[in-house]
Amino acid sequence: MSGALQDWKSQKRPFAAIATAPVFWLALFFVAPMAIVWLYSFGQNVGPASIEISGTLDNYKRATEWLYLSIFLKSLAVAALTTLICLIIGFPVAMAITFAAPKWRPWLLLGIMLPFWTNLLIRTYALMALMGTNGYMNKGLGGLWEGASWLRTLVGMQPLEAWTPVQLLYNNFAVVLGLVYVHLPFMVLPLYSALDRLDKSLIEASLDLGAGHFKTFMKVVVPLAAPGIVAGVMITLIPALGAYLTPDLMGGTDSQMIANVIERQFKRANDWPFGAALSFLLIYAMFILIALQSMRANKVKEVR
Amino acid sequence: MFNRTAIAPLEYTRKLWMRSWVGLTMLFLYAPLLVLMIFSFNDSRRNIEWKGFTLKYYEKALNNDSLVEAMVNSLTIAFLATIVSLVIGALAAVMLWRFRFPFKGLVEGTMSLPIIVPEICLGVAFLIFFAKIDWPTDLPWPLNLSAITIAHITFCFPFVAMVVRARLASFNMEEEEAAKDLGATDWQAFRDVLLPHIKPGLIAGALLAFTLSLDDFVITFFTSGPDTITFPVKVYSMVRFSVTPEVNAASTILILLTVILTFIALKLQGVKGIAQSH
Repeated sequence: MSGALQDWKSQKRPFAAIATAPVFWLALFFVAPMAIVWLYSFGQNVGPASIEISGTLDNYKRATEWLYLSIFLKSLAVAALTTLICLIIGFPVAMAITFAAPKWRPWLLLGIMLPFWTNLLIRTYALMALMGTNGYMNKGLGGLWEGASWLRTLVGMQPLEAWTPVQLLYNNFAVVLGLVYVHLPFMVLPLYSALDRLDKSLIEASLDLGAGHFKTFMKVVVPLAAPGIVAGVMITLIPALGAYLTPDLMGGTDSQMIANVIERQFKRANDWPFGAALSFLLIYAMFILIALQSMRANKVKEVR
Repeated sequence: MFNRTAIAPLEYTRKLWMRSWVGLTMLFLYAPLLVLMIFSFNDSRRNIEWKGFTLKYYEKALNNDSLVEAMVNSLTIAFLATIVSLVIGALAAVMLWRFRFPFKGLVEGTMSLPIIVPEICLGVAFLIFFAKIDWPTDLPWPLNLSAITIAHITFCFPFVAMVVRARLASFNMEEEEAAKDLGATDWQAFRDVLLPHIKPGLIAGALLAFTLSLDDFVITFFTSGPDTITFPVKVYSMVRFSVTPEVNAASTILILLTVILTFIALKLQGVKGIAQSH
């Protein structure tokens, strides 16, 4: 492939015709806005609508105060928990798709992908409707409660008190559930593409040689699917860390994540320089995650 | 399904626990959406009891001028953003695939950033950027949508470039050389040889860009003004302040639109092609 690469100097006119638009767009509408945010993060408010870029580091100092640091760490914890749950739910699903009969496979994949194509806001709203105090989730829990109560009377114990609907929404549980709901397809697709490439005879060999299904899974399937697991984790963790909509709509007062804090600086609190500093800290966090992943990938290459 | 042969070791999908796991996951993914769609026909303001079939919330949603306007805005933005992203994305893919040039790694890395950078940061960046350069906000429709459209193109075209580049990898350069040997100009070789080859990538990229644009809430939330409400922004404010069955009806229409688009994509590419494009 690389032999077919043409040097731009030998083809100046076609190169200019092809490269101008993308490079220009990227510089003007991506690099420039990001650069302005970066500059603003070293600025301070000097009037109601004027910001002076004074080179101060106060915004970053304030961002590392415990109040903001704890929200940052909490966002990371929520995103990590979401990713873990997605992995636990998603791995068997990806396995099932991989080993499904060929005529079923595309339809199962489509079943995972269709929600991914559906509007995020609509999906969040649909889940909220189900989780409300009058929603079906509460009804289902109420049914279970009554069943348990009935079982207790059957063995001669006092029945439980009548079921009162619980508040499922507006807390940390709701945020994690909402994030899992939204991000599950992100996890399943890379897992599937890794498992699909896996040589199935290795699993058969392991089973033939006497390893059980669980042992085969842990010692053969998981190591071979590692690149897919890492890809799935990254693809889930990064958007979950920057999630705005789910904590905003489904969370309570104590479940705000870093994106909600950033939003507040630009709308209600009107402290743009501080918001700019927080967004760059979030971007740096992403870079660190990606760097860790590529370091790991390089190590794997060296070992081989 | 009613196959009575013994389950082979690798037929995990035929095991009961595996089937229930997949079934429950699908239930988790689809139950909320199905309930929402069913109750959009419910003749009751509350969402829980079935009081009979009605289309009155569809009528209300379609007579709600601001909701219809938001929908028209969303579709217009998605349409414009898809066309421009398709052109820029395809050019970017060809540029990276074909040429060696200084700072190529830098350009390539920067181009993948809009995919990685959190939406909230991109939204904030556009808010500051358009405020800083005093982008006019009182233009007549559809020019007042330009700020949102520009923002959408910025995060859509790298996805198009990614999909098209994956497709370009399977292009045989000799085909183009043969065309040129036979007297085709650069432009003719591009139009008649390269373009037909990357067409599936272009279709997949266009669908991806259209969905991403239609779906976006966070970035639009920061770039939209009072006169430029898009459908997700409108639904957000409706959910925030008063949940009405109208939202169910409007959401059902959008879900059906998504399903229709997906099935058009299926017709064009086959289920496998769609799966590979992701």
